[in-house]
Order: sequence, then C-alpha cells, then structure tokens
Amino acid sequence: MSTGLQTRPARQSSALVVLALAFACLVAGLCVVSFVGLGLDPQTQRLLEARQPPTPGHWLGTDLVGRDVLARVVHGASVTVIGPAAVALGAVAIAVPLALVAAERGGVVDAVVMRTSDTLLALPSILVIIVIAGLFGGGYWLAAAVLVFLIVPSGLRIARSVALGQKNLPYQEAARLIGASTPRRMFVHTLPNLLPTIVATLLLDFVAALVALSSLSFLGLGAPPGSTDWGTMLAENLRLIEQNPWACLAPAVMLVLTAYSATTIGDWLHLRLEGRRG
Amino acid sequence: MKIAVWLGRRLIAIVLQLLIISFLTFSLLFLMPGSPEQILIGPNPATAEQLESIRERYGLNEPFLAQYADWLGAAVHLDFGTSIANGEEVSSLLIERSGVTVSLAIYAIVLLLLLAVPLGLVAGARAGGTADRVISAVTTMLVSAPAFATGLLLLYVFGVVLRWFPIFGFGSGFTDVVWHLTLPAATLAIAVIALIVRQTRAVAATIVRSDYVLFGRARGVAPWTIWTRYLLRGSSMPLVTSMGLVLGFFLTGTVVVERLFSIPGLGSLLINAVSTKDLPVVQGATILVSFFVLLANLLADASHLAVDPRVRKAVLA
Repeated sequence: MSTGLQTRPARQSSALVVLALAFACLVAGLCVVSFVGLGLDPQTQRLLEARQPPTPGHWLGTDLVGRDVLARVVHGASVTVIGPAAVALGAVAIAVPLALVAAERGGVVDAVVMRTSDTLLALPSILVIIVIAGLFGGGYWLAAAVLVFLIVPSGLRIARSVALGQKNLPYQEAARLIGASTPRRMFVHTLPNLLPTIVATLLLDFVAALVALSSLSFLGLGAPPGSTDWGTMLAENLRLIEQNPWACLAPAVMLVLTAYSATTIGDWLHLRLEGRRG
Repeated sequence: MKIAVWLGRRLIAIVLQLLIISFLTFSLLFLMPGSPEQILIGPNPATAEQLESIRERYGLNEPFLAQYADWLGAAVHLDFGTSIANGEEVSSLLIERSGVTVSLAIYAIVLLLLLAVPLGLVAGARAGGTADRVISAVTTMLVSAPAFATGLLLLYVFGVVLRWFPIFGFGSGFTDVVWHLTLPAATLAIAVIALIVRQTRAVAATIVRSDYVLFGRARGVAPWTIWTRYLLRGSSMPLVTSMGLVLGFFLTGTVVVERLFSIPGLGSLLINAVSTKDLPVVQGATILVSFFVLLANLLADASHLAVDPRVRKAVLA
C-alpha cells in the first residue's frame, strides 16, 4: 500500500530555502547597486588589459575588449531580471482577472477563454518568439510583450481551477446574501483566497520568462550586442573560454542560481500559504 | 478497425494544425516590415525591373488567398523556394540539416533514459531519504535553469578542464559524431531530467511497497532481480508517454544547444535565417520543426496505446 506521503516530491530541506532566499536578496541587492552605480564601470574598454584571467584589479578578469567582468555581471543583474519580472507581473495581471471571470460566468465565456488558452499553450513558445523577435526587429521588449501572452495560459488554468473551487463555499453565498455586487464578490472576497496560487504563479512565470528572454539574448535576438544581459555576456564571451573562463562561467552560474532560487521560493511559499489555508 | 479510426482522426488533426501553422508562416511575408518584393530580394537595393520580375516569379500581383494556395501547393511537395542569402533550395538545406538535429534528439533520449531512470529508482526505493532529497534538489536546479547555462557548465568541466569531449562541431564518421554530440545531447537530457526522475520515482515508491515485491523478497528473490524485473519494468510504462513531450522539447531546445556547441543542425539554420531575414528558410524550418513536434506527440500517444491495454480500452471504447 502506498501512503500519499511517499509519492509526493521529496520535502524541501529548510536549509535550501534559506540559501535560496539569501541568493534572491543578493540578486535584489545587485539590482539596486546597478541602478545606483556605486563606481561600477561595466562599459570602459581597456584594450591593453583584454582577455585577462582574474587579477587583483579585476576579480573575474576582463573580456574580449578589456571590460571588467565582475562589474558587468553586477550591472547585468537588473538588465537580466527586470524584463522577466515585468513579463511575470503582466502575465499574472491578465491571467487572474480572466480566471475569475471565466470561473464566475462559466458557459460560453469560460469555453472561449479556455480554448484560446489551450491553443496558445500548444505553441512551442521559444520558436514563436525567435521568429517574431528576429523577423520584426522589435528586439527585447517586443519579445517580452509577446511572451506575456504565451505565458498567460499556464497560470490561467491553475487560477481558474482554484477560483472554481471557491465558487460554492458558504462565504460566497453569505456575500451574495448581504447584497455584494458580483465584481465586489469576485475581487474583494474571492481574490484573497487565490493569493497562494498567485504568488506561486508569479515566481514560476518569472522563471519561464527568465529562461525564454535570456535564451533569446544568448541567441543574439534579445538584448542588443554589448549589453550586460547575462545571456548576451555568455554568448559573447564563449570564445574566451580558454583564456578567461570566468567571463562566461559567472553569468551562467548567476542564471542557474537565480532560476533555481525563484523556483525553490515559489514552491516553498505555495506550500506554506496553502497549509495556512487548511 | 477502431485503431484505424483513432489514427485517422489524429492524422486529420495534425493536417489541420499544420494548415494553421502554414497560414501563419505564409502571412509573415506580409506582416514583416518592408514590402514583400524587397523582403524577397534581400537587403540590396533593387531596380524596377528586378522588383517586377520578383512580383512575376512569386505571383505577388495575385490576390492574397491565391498566393497562399500556390505557396501551399508547392510546400506540400516540400518546395519552399530558394534561400535569399545563397540561392540554395530550401528543401535540400532542410534535409541536410535535419539529419544532424534528429540524431542529436535521439542520442539525447538515450542519455536521458540512462541517467534519469536509475536516479528515479534510487530516489523512489528510499523515498524521503538523503539520496532522494539530493536527487530532487539537483534535478530541480537543472530543470529550472536555461539549457545554455547548464550546457556551458558541462562544456567547461568536461570539454575545457577534463578535455574528455570536443567543445564544438559535428565531426565525421559514426564514433566521431557520437563523441562530438555527447555534451550537446547531455545538455538537452539534463534540461528535462527532473520530469523523468519524478515519474520513475513516483512509480518506484508505489511498487516498492506493493504486495508482490514483499512476497518476492519473502521467497528470497535476489535484490538485483527485484530492482530490474519488478521496479524497472513497472516504472517503464509512464515513461513511454513522456517521450513524446520530451522529444518535442528536444526539437525546440536544440536551437539553443546547437548555437552553444556550434552544431550545423536545423536550429542553427533557423537562427541564421531569422537573423538575416531569409524568409523562405524561416518558413520551411518552422513548418518542418512543427511537423516533427506534432509527429512526436502522435508517436507518444500511439505507443502508449500499444503498451497499455487499459488505455487502449478506454480510448478505443
């Protein structure tokens, strides 16, 4: 006999969650630093000091044209993270109201919303944004805008099923009896109960957008050449892998850890908030 | 008989999906910035005569739907026109490149099964133990990260530091190709390893506590036999369906991996074509990759029907 417990994914160890939170704070700190500046110099080219492995002056060495890799990795934090964060916020801002309306109205509205989202979900999203971003020449932000719509369906499905589960609970009926209008019931009464789902979706959408946009930059179709986007840096420093491997290892490690931290925090928050709800 | 009906339905669905995709890719010619004539001539300035001859050749003076019909008629015969960049037949380019990509995808599936299934069995047999937690944390990390970043780490460790494998190119001759494709295929495989590990783990965790394993142990069946005959065989069923999903991911994920390891496959063809706005190549590659993905899904469902009589009964009833 299997007890449900054994087939669930392994429990996350709390040490990993703490590490993930610490790393997320680090990335957030780097974003602040890259905005404030703090004597960062990610763009100055020193051709005489090009292609150097780590030295006391340049802790992660220099790239092809002698730019300081550490300064570029720090500066790249905001460049790399803000796009995906905006995409995740945009996707959730579209998905949640749609999910509430689809669950509330049911029938034709629900069918139209869900079939459209199924169709979008079936598209290979990386192919779609490669073709659109490449051929239309809109670059990074056009790709981000298209990505919002490609990412909406996954969150929409989950949010809708949670909203449907709330529909026949006693508090909904109580709200109806005291004469709350439908929009008020949806957004003041139902919405707070979707919070765990929204938080988890936000972080998972962020990871999906981070992977898509950084891949696009890596392929040379996202951020412009010379940008400090970690995907662009990795691609441009690939030919330095023998002389100064840190120039492409550092952005790679940052991307892996950022994506992993966001996933871990998302799972953890979801379990916690779900648990509290009972 | 019912199998034929099911298959027929699925094939019709694939044809319809391909029609929609082909319509969208055809429309790109008119949606892209710039006039269709100029797009088809390329970046160089053109004389009025050249524009007229392009219009004549591609039938640009005809109504939109008639043009689509002509284009589709040619596309059905695998004729996507010629590349704007170098004048080569798009179809011969596609054939030349798909061999590379398909072998990469197949190799990645082999590596995926070799890596993921044993890990899933170990994790599931001692669910909740240390090995389980480590495997779960590592595979979660690999699945959430972008494939080019984990691929770069593989490339650095096994290609640059240890020098076991070459770091770019395709090679020639079977063993040389396998040698060249190992790191790219491993990159694809570890990008989806969590999916297969989780599945194998869930099934193994159920089987390990089942009565027949208990009785097997009680009668003194060797542990090795329990692992291979009981756990491995029991876990293999759900894997069959995931293979379609995985193959679909490989065929699109290869775009990034081919770029990282400089492999001349369909993915790098598509990226080059997109960057140089070589529309006929983009159209051909998009349709071919979509077709492969749809075919992979069909194969997965069909093999699921073939191995599992319960599913066969449910679907065909």
